[in-house]
Amino acid sequence: MSVLSKDEFFYGHKACAGCGGSLAVRIALKVLGERSIAVLPAGCMSAVGFNFPQLCFGNNAIISTFAGTASMLTGIRAGLKAKGIEDFHAVGFAGDGGTADIGLQALSGAIDRNDDILYICYDNEAYMNTGIQKSSLTPFGAKTTTTPAGKNIHGNMRPKKNMFEIAAAHGIPYAATASVGYINDFISKVKKASGIKGTKYIHVIAPCPTGWGISTDETVEIAKEAVDCGTWYLAEFENGEFRLNFRPKEFSDIGEYLKKQSRFRHLTDEDIKIIENSRNAKWEFIDNNFRK
Amino acid sequence: MKPYLREKAPAAFDEIPEFPSYEAGFLTTKNAGWRNFRPVIDTKKCNGCMQCYLYCPDGVISEKDGKAVIDYDFCKGCGICRKICKFNAIEMEAEI
Repeated sequence: MSVLSKDEFFYGHKACAGCGGSLAVRIALKVLGERSIAVLPAGCMSAVGFNFPQLCFGNNAIISTFAGTASMLTGIRAGLKAKGIEDFHAVGFAGDGGTADIGLQALSGAIDRNDDILYICYDNEAYMNTGIQKSSLTPFGAKTTTTPAGKNIHGNMRPKKNMFEIAAAHGIPYAATASVGYINDFISKVKKASGIKGTKYIHVIAPCPTGWGISTDETVEIAKEAVDCGTWYLAEFENGEFRLNFRPKEFSDIGEYLKKQSRFRHLTDEDIKIIENSRNAKWEFIDNNFRK
Repeated sequence: MKPYLREKAPAAFDEIPEFPSYEAGFLTTKNAGWRNFRPVIDTKKCNGCMQCYLYCPDGVISEKDGKAVIDYDFCKGCGICRKICKFNAIEMEAEI
């Protein structure tokens, strides 16, 4: 908590009560401080932050095109460098759709150029801003408006895209996964990233009470439980090496985690078995390839 | 410093900023009306650990004299603070 600025830089915003994404943005800006320029593409955080004339950012902030979060960060870094200003953080906050679907090309380009920017993806696992449509980071089985749960097809049929390892595969200086349920871990990762030169990518799980079908006070608990039951993991990629930060002693019950969310409530025991198997396969990969 | 509620919201065209860039942290409306339940802190039980402040998505909790205080203008009543509090110092009371 000591690395956090006492100031608030994301205040009075219009996010739903209990929003995980706004918690991630608020905390990241408290770590980075006033001299940070935030870039927000179309998505919840720009929709709730800029309601003219209500301006909820206490630092410089700008809305980018949906696909252009990373390229606008590149431009801000280059433009201010040309003016002789270097003591600031260029930070982007994009949702899962703005990162893994629409903004992926710009992000890939920025990592390739190794521009000195910090890209934070707050992952609420669907296009929540427009009313819960499937993105490529929506997990298997989740019910969205474009992947409804019926008799034959039980929600989303595709697994979650592995955005963290895609970013790492570029040979990025620093990439990390986090969860708003383990906020101290997230704080230390943002702090660490702010001191590294080059492109940094942080992928933080940020539950959405509206889209996940949980009550507003369960956001933090469910984000923690996602890590505890093993469907999400806390890891870092640095110097060409993956490192696992936290391993639950014993996974909590994955069925219980799923049944708490109305987006998964239709799942059969067989579906849950599929999710459990894919979790086990993922952790086998982690055990074989990640340093502890 | 944090974004704060301005006394006067722009109402006429000539009061609205001419360009889409203007002062940071310019608040013109409250969020208080969103709330069905209001978190109330029992100052006897609160020991100022500030975990509620850490996890508040709206950042409305701050420290004053070693205790947590809530800015009710912008609290939406989500109840995360109540669940985070290990000392059961926060109760949710229905708004009337």
